[in-house]
Amino acid sequence: MQEIPSYDVAVVGGGNAALCAAIAARRAGASVVVLERAPRDFRGGNSRHTRNFRCLHNSPGQYLTGMYTGDEFLSDLRSVNGGDIDESLARIAIQQSATCPDWMAREGVRFQAALHGTLQLGRTNLFFLGGGKALMNSYYASAERLGIDVFYEAEVVDLRVANGVFESVDVQTAGRARTIRAAAVVIASGGFEANLDWLRDVWGEVADNFIVRGTPYNTGVPLKRLLEAGAQSIGDPRECHAIAVDARAPKFDGGIVTRLDCIPFGIVVNSHGHRFYDEGEDVWPKRYAIWGKLIARQPGQIAYSIVDAKVADKFMPSVYPPIVAHSIGELARLLALPPETLEATVETFNRSVRPGTLNLSALDGCRTEGLSPDKTHWAQHLDTPPYWAYPLRPGITFTYLGLKVDTHTRVLMSDGQPSANVYAAGEVMAGNILLKGYLAGFGMTIGTVFGRIAGEEASRHAAR
Amino acid sequence: MLPDNVVQHGQRVLTICNACRYCEQYCPVFPALEKRRTFAATDLTYLANLCHNCGECLYACQFAPPHEFGVNVPSLLAEVRTRSYEEYAWPPALGRSFRRHGFRTGLAALAAVFSLLLLAAIADGQAIVSADGSAGFYAVIPHGAMVTTFGAASIFVLIALSISGARFWRDANAATTARGPGVGSAVRDALTLRHLHASGQDCTSNLEVRMPWRRWCHHCTFYGFMLCFASTTVAAIYHGVFGWHAPYAYTSLPVLLGAAGGFGLLVGPLGLAALRQTRDPALGDDESGGLDGLFLALLFLTSLTGLALLALRHSQAMGVLLLVHLAVVLVLLLTLPYGKFVHALYRFLALIRYHREGG
Repeated sequence: MQEIPSYDVAVVGGGNAALCAAIAARRAGASVVVLERAPRDFRGGNSRHTRNFRCLHNSPGQYLTGMYTGDEFLSDLRSVNGGDIDESLARIAIQQSATCPDWMAREGVRFQAALHGTLQLGRTNLFFLGGGKALMNSYYASAERLGIDVFYEAEVVDLRVANGVFESVDVQTAGRARTIRAAAVVIASGGFEANLDWLRDVWGEVADNFIVRGTPYNTGVPLKRLLEAGAQSIGDPRECHAIAVDARAPKFDGGIVTRLDCIPFGIVVNSHGHRFYDEGEDVWPKRYAIWGKLIARQPGQIAYSIVDAKVADKFMPSVYPPIVAHSIGELARLLALPPETLEATVETFNRSVRPGTLNLSALDGCRTEGLSPDKTHWAQHLDTPPYWAYPLRPGITFTYLGLKVDTHTRVLMSDGQPSANVYAAGEVMAGNILLKGYLAGFGMTIGTVFGRIAGEEASRHAAR
Repeated sequence: MLPDNVVQHGQRVLTICNACRYCEQYCPVFPALEKRRTFAATDLTYLANLCHNCGECLYACQFAPPHEFGVNVPSLLAEVRTRSYEEYAWPPALGRSFRRHGFRTGLAALAAVFSLLLLAAIADGQAIVSADGSAGFYAVIPHGAMVTTFGAASIFVLIALSISGARFWRDANAATTARGPGVGSAVRDALTLRHLHASGQDCTSNLEVRMPWRRWCHHCTFYGFMLCFASTTVAAIYHGVFGWHAPYAYTSLPVLLGAAGGFGLLVGPLGLAALRQTRDPALGDDESGGLDGLFLALLFLTSLTGLALLALRHSQAMGVLLLVHLAVVLVLLLTLPYGKFVHALYRFLALIRYHREGG
């Protein structure tokens, strides 16, 4: 085993939180190494697939409209979470989010106005020019300029932590085992959503039909090692962010382009040809993240969104072509659904649609009556061929199980005491703030704010 | 037309872009593609001629190779763009010939034209080396012969470019008149090269490397070209209207304009050629290397020989230099419709369409 010179701070992970921690630690004077499991082309964890972050601002900016106060931010958080949040950490995330844009810009990050079709986020979320991979490119370029050592394809094999004190990390890089020592370590290695075995342990066989939307490298090994070494966990292992994605998506890394936004525009049926949930419950941005788990509970973890020609151009185009038929029966045969059942489902649905004026941009009065479940908004007759169908599967974005931390991002051990030199940032500790539910762009806020704190704290510890 | 496999590849890649849209504020290509859901060959051609091949969207793409989606928009559009130059060239046979041979064809044409001019001058009993230049340019090539040759070449080039432009415009599926809304904005974009720094900063020239050189070199080339054109035009007016014959004094307007333009045409093409050497091959722009290189070389030689002529016009070398300069200019003129010059035409028309669609 090769020993390499020890560092002040080792950062495990290579996404947004990891690079924010590394840069903050380096700027505070520490020598820093970044251990990124992915190869260079796929560096950046799930941050590669992100596009914005949520931030407090008290006046309009170049790219943000209006204002977004701390109170509104906090109440948004509470509303998605059922009030179950750690307020001390949530307040830190919210207050410090206001200082992030300037800090990010200094590291070369560029911004843009809200993307077409996401204008509802233009007030609360600041968009990265070119998206998350461009953001990560800027951070890596900055890290390089600052003299931070970055190891790619560095797979953590073991973390040596004794009595809450980190000693070293064993990594496998390019077929070679190395031991890296550091005075402090920042764990920013994300969740375990790409670890199919772990998902199976938690979800059972159902997990085999999940599609992992992001990086295949988030296997949660550092998280598991720390939990084994006596760190306190937070969050339910079953809690995850999962949306409906096209069933034809690749198993990993399909990112943003495999999601489907057509659900509120038609009906969704399971493999028996039955509807199973109110497709028009609320505006799509508030509901899209429940559909992953809804589909996970259906037989075979598959469902089909069906729309007709009236709305075919009303939603964001998908990367996969729709399955097209000129009758419901023909569509059922193409989807291998029982044709009589699907025809009956559509017929009953059409009979139950009450008259109303369709308004796709608001909670309108178009609903069904007498169905179980009813569709409570945007219900229109499904009667204009050609009919389009998209097959849907649960697409898992991230998991909530993580490391419990204090306000300095120090990892708390099972005795309730903070570790002397283990810090955590990003998705691996997001469960401290959000145990369930999600606010668009908040994961990047957590990563940036707590990444910076963890980097500064780790650097301060190393200097002692 | 574009081969089916290129169209299918383009359709697949741009459908991914359309479902993602992260790049939409880099340049006009993305807002333009978001206005459609399917991409026919003509749409690809239009988008390809809006693209400056900067690379921002490749480096920012989470689906770029080696990702299995293999999205590389600059390389896709570079291929389509090169094919569109050939497709819209008129007469078609010449377009193909120049695409196949590029640089070597250009040099051969240069040698042939120079020999022809030399032979014509000798056959005509002109004073090529005997004079010390005091007899003037028209002692080497009579003014009438010069006007006839270059006038005929210019008319041919204008016809060829007009036909090419009209066919491109027709396929771009827009109105047939170039006047109307959109022209003003397109002119502004073209004169300022706005989209080479559309996102506020200069475009990338490599991953996270943003330098202004490409834009500046292009400005030197473009404005150098225009100044030389202005110099020639003023000289023609001097000759035709006022009867003032060349060579003109060093402080005269044609010489001042030509010298300034010539300087731009030395620096600009040299810089662009040097920058090309450092381009990331992943951007896929190497296919047009021959055409691009020939155009840049001819611009550079036009300027070099022109300035040499200016400096040595009172020496014995004047006669030969004049023939070389005229040969270079004539070959540059004749190859305009079959080289990188056409990007100015097609990109300008594409920008008009872009602004007509609401930008």
